[in-house]
Amino acid sequence: MEQEWLPLIERWIHFLAGITWIGLLYYFNLVQVPAMAAANADQGGPGGAGITKYVLPRALFWFRWGAVVTWLAGAALLGKHFVDAFTLQGQHVLIGIGAWLGTIMLLNVWGIIWPNQKKVLGLKPADDAEKAKARRLAFLASRTNTLLSIPMLLFMAASSHGAGLFS
Amino acid sequence: MKNPLDSIAGTIISGLVLTAVLIALANALM
Repeated sequence: MEQEWLPLIERWIHFLAGITWIGLLYYFNLVQVPAMAAANADQGGPGGAGITKYVLPRALFWFRWGAVVTWLAGAALLGKHFVDAFTLQGQHVLIGIGAWLGTIMLLNVWGIIWPNQKKVLGLKPADDAEKAKARRLAFLASRTNTLLSIPMLLFMAASSHGAGLFS
Repeated sequence: MKNPLDSIAGTIISGLVLTAVLIALANALM
């Protein structure tokens, strides 16, 4: 009984956290970035300071911890096949490619996006030039994760729905 | 040359190209 429930619960947590993480990634790229550009270009408008002060810290909290929970639940799901997946062995090639993409994305979140966003948010001291550079780096890492999410989701899905399409 | 990551369309097209490359890699490995 436990052997059937545990993978289901792990998969459930993987989906819930993954939707939180990737949903916020798409929010940043499809909504917030263009909204901030429009707000900054709107002379006499309210500007984007409210988004930076009130929305961004909360979104980044769920974003970065959603990434961690997604990865941990995914690793638990792989279980004894963890090494086979990451070394792209036999039938684990598809999930392995998805797992590698997800891992690179997690490292991007914690290694590039979050450290640079801390400068943008003023949680880490930075002058205006450093903030501008941090904003650009965080933006490019976020766009890279959006790019990587496209094959990542295909390979995650293909590992259990469509493996027969691959030779 | 413009960075494709500066636009949503460029990002999506790059993602689709990478998907095609990785499908070829998966087929070669399986």
